[in-house]
Amino acid sequence: MDFGPHATFIIAAYAAVIIVLGGLIVWLIFDGFHQRRLLNELEARGVRRRSAQRVSRGRLDHE
Amino acid sequence: MQTQSFTQRFANPTRFMAFSGALMPWLAGLSVLVIAYALYRGFTAPPDYQQGKTIYIMYIHVPAAWLGMMGYALIAASSFGLLVFRHPLADVSAKTAAPIGAAFTLLALITGSLWGKPMWGTYWVWDARLTSVLILFFLYLGLIALRSSIEDEPLAAKLTAVLALVGVIILPFIKISVEGLDIPSLGISIPAWNTLHQPSSVFRSDGPKIHISQLVPLLISAIGFTLLFFTMHLKAMRNEILRRRVKSLRLAEVDRARASETTVAAE
Repeated sequence: MDFGPHATFIIAAYAAVIIVLGGLIVWLIFDGFHQRRLLNELEARGVRRRSAQRVSRGRLDHE
Repeated sequence: MQTQSFTQRFANPTRFMAFSGALMPWLAGLSVLVIAYALYRGFTAPPDYQQGKTIYIMYIHVPAAWLGMMGYALIAASSFGLLVFRHPLADVSAKTAAPIGAAFTLLALITGSLWGKPMWGTYWVWDARLTSVLILFFLYLGLIALRSSIEDEPLAAKLTAVLALVGVIILPFIKISVEGLDIPSLGISIPAWNTLHQPSSVFRSDGPKIHISQLVPLLISAIGFTLLFFTMHLKAMRNEILRRRVKSLRLAEVDRARASETTVAAE
């Protein structure tokens, strides 16, 4: 595709968009996996949120 | 039965996670399709009679500039929601919108410079529009830095919210810097600053000043990048909710360890 005499500026602008937004998207996906993995590890060790413990304790009291 | 507003309905993070998880793949796919279609329309449109093919930069520069400002407006609205209504997800929204808004503002600055060099003969001038957008970028960095520097999460949220609301004054300034403001009924008349940057070509009282062959791809591109912004924002909010859950689980683990230590000591 011919971008004319100012092709360098056009290509550089689109490259900047790909680098900045691409980098942000990759970081968001990686961060999501990382947080999910940490959460799974904690839950596998039997750690539960205090709110979840209160709910289960309330259920036991009720039973 | 009581009816709930949209924001009340998603005040529950678990409900928000279920809703956003279902919505996000569709939003991501749609944003890619819309941006691809906009660029196809833009690249197959005839070149501008003055600017030639550098007009292609407009399809990314203008949406980036709009979304840079919209991101800050979103942070300000979320901050208001936190300080006034204490909405549980308002701080999550404000915190996660900052890096995304900063990225779009940075792109507006970079692509604007790359467009400015062939058209104005310079990458940068310290005029009102360019400088006010640079200040917006620094405001984003200030919000991110302030939050990172305070360990107490609720305190960081409140202080960042106050700064975000104070900084919102930059948004009308960016608009007025090029076009001025004239409201005769209120006796307000602010002249436009002397600037290289052109006034708005799209949202004008006398209609758009841009040819339809360029206007249509520009608007489609703006819709596509807006969808992408919200996809990234939803993903960032989901990550932040997971991060807070991890933090609360770690605290629960510490509490449990302390309780068992106390029991052993008592025995």
